[in-house]
Amino acid sequence: MKPFIQFDDVSKHFGDFAAVDRVSLDIEEGEFFSILGGSGCGKTTLLRILAGFEELSSGRMLIDGEDMSGIPAHRRPVNMMFQSYALFPHMNVAKNIAYGLKQDGLEPADIDARVTRILDLVQMSEFAQRKPRQLSGGQQQRVALARALVKQPKVLLLDEPLAALDKKLRQNTQFELANIQQKTGITFVLVTHDQEEAMMLSSRIAVMNRGQFSQVGTPSEIYENPQNRFTADFIGSINLFEGNVAALAETMMTVSVPAIDECLTAPAIPDVNIGDPVCLAIRPEKIWISRQAPDTEGNTILTGEVVDQGYFGNLSVYRVRLPSGDMVQVSTQNRVRSTERAIQREDEVFIHWECTSAVVLKE
Amino acid sequence: MKKLPFLVCVLIFGYAFLYIPIFSVIAYSFNDSTLMSHWGGFSLRWYQELFNDRQIREALLLSIQIAAVSATFATLLGTCAGLALARLRKFRGRRLFSMMIVAPLVMPEVITGLSLLVLFIALEKFAGWPAGRGATTITIAHITFSMAFVAVIVQARLAGQDQCLEEAAQDLGARPLSVLLDITLPLLTPAMLAGWLLAFTLSFDDLVISSFVTGPGANTLPIYIYSQVKLGVQPDINALATMIIAIVALGVTLSAWLIRVRERRIECQTRY
Repeated sequence: MKPFIQFDDVSKHFGDFAAVDRVSLDIEEGEFFSILGGSGCGKTTLLRILAGFEELSSGRMLIDGEDMSGIPAHRRPVNMMFQSYALFPHMNVAKNIAYGLKQDGLEPADIDARVTRILDLVQMSEFAQRKPRQLSGGQQQRVALARALVKQPKVLLLDEPLAALDKKLRQNTQFELANIQQKTGITFVLVTHDQEEAMMLSSRIAVMNRGQFSQVGTPSEIYENPQNRFTADFIGSINLFEGNVAALAETMMTVSVPAIDECLTAPAIPDVNIGDPVCLAIRPEKIWISRQAPDTEGNTILTGEVVDQGYFGNLSVYRVRLPSGDMVQVSTQNRVRSTERAIQREDEVFIHWECTSAVVLKE
Repeated sequence: MKKLPFLVCVLIFGYAFLYIPIFSVIAYSFNDSTLMSHWGGFSLRWYQELFNDRQIREALLLSIQIAAVSATFATLLGTCAGLALARLRKFRGRRLFSMMIVAPLVMPEVITGLSLLVLFIALEKFAGWPAGRGATTITIAHITFSMAFVAVIVQARLAGQDQCLEEAAQDLGARPLSVLLDITLPLLTPAMLAGWLLAFTLSFDDLVISSFVTGPGANTLPIYIYSQVKLGVQPDINALATMIIAIVALGVTLSAWLIRVRERRIECQTRY
């Protein structure tokens, strides 16, 4: 099957600055695809290229097999939901939503029917006659979504659609967005800096850094198998140990970490040689922490002192200082209901993890 | 609290400085005496004379006509210029253009008036239009300097307004002309209205430029008042000034009231 959206060696320069730097990417039809990155990484520029607000400096971009170069924004089969919602302040909700349909020259009766249907979908029917300034942030967000969806575009672009909502509302809206995407089957391309949002909503994620993709994959691939330090560090928290390849076996490898004077074991990765500089990464929730020495076979075991602990209700996070001075972050689920913490600051603790939980990163 | 009397004094002094000249004009317009230096009791005779003065009526009508026509054209041209400056993609020399549009704002009026006069004379000689100087040349001159003010207002409004509204319209399938008519211009209406009012006032006020480019018979109100005052202050001019002050004060109060009512209505609606 041919990909629905194709970026083929796409670059966008603003003066000397490469906002998007030779990016290639395929997005399939019906995907919920997220572009995730910090501010200034080029994710919004990429979205604006899709919408037709930015021209390419080089490369090609195709939607449904059609080269989009030279096709202005108003003739592209995409609609965008803006971060600021961009609702027309001088039109009421119904007129805002009908605006796109009017541009297509639809019959008034047809427009009314479709506006009514989409208002129903986003549960805003009773607000049809309100002006945007009379709506709350969450309501405005729904109208903006309805306005972009009502034209039944081939692709819906979402630019940080939930950034302006408070946390509770954001979570509810995330479920609704996922629902609407499944119902309509439209390809969604979402730009966000919020990794939880991207993880929860997306079928695939592209992690972006300095105008390039650091990694593209499903949420679990990106979280569990980061391919480089940027992705590992950007998504969630992670502990990194710098070292060199000490030994290579068929399934496992050993990394010597001079800073803590230990050799750590992890699953082997291809294309490395003994002595190569690598980095061993382990996520905080995959580490156990205890005051007694664990009696597990084959696990990596380290000792240290708790210097900090954070209580988040559902989890507790500990920062453990190893004898070398390096810090390791450990998080545990608070399964037992108790206000007494078993592990306190300044406790001497053992931390250990299964060797298969660690990941070795080359770059 | 020790500072308070000082501040109050400053305030009173400041306002006195601003308003005593205006109030003295108003007071003397009700003076029964023909002499400015002598108070001859309360009278409305100068108002009566004013209404019987054909020249003043004609000058007033001409001023209003010139102000309305020049404000309208200045708004059209100024809006175009403001739109172009705010919305055109960055091009070489854009800053220069931005600065050039505000130059007429700081140009001494004498120079603007003189250069327009030279231009009109040359045009008449080589193109045969405008024939002679009068209301037409004053109107053109007023359009020239007041469009710069409109352009600045429109440009400032557009700069403050997020461009994403226009992008959203475009994204929804609106062609550039529809975007302009459906989104940009309706949102610009308040700025254009403000520009029109400013242009109207500037034209209505203007003496210097008008006197350069006027011809025989075309006396705007400021020109007429100035020429009368040169012969000695006639008390009916005081009456005229008082009426203009009253109209301006009424207009300002009305617009302020309208704005407040609108704001209050919006507030009520947001609270449901």
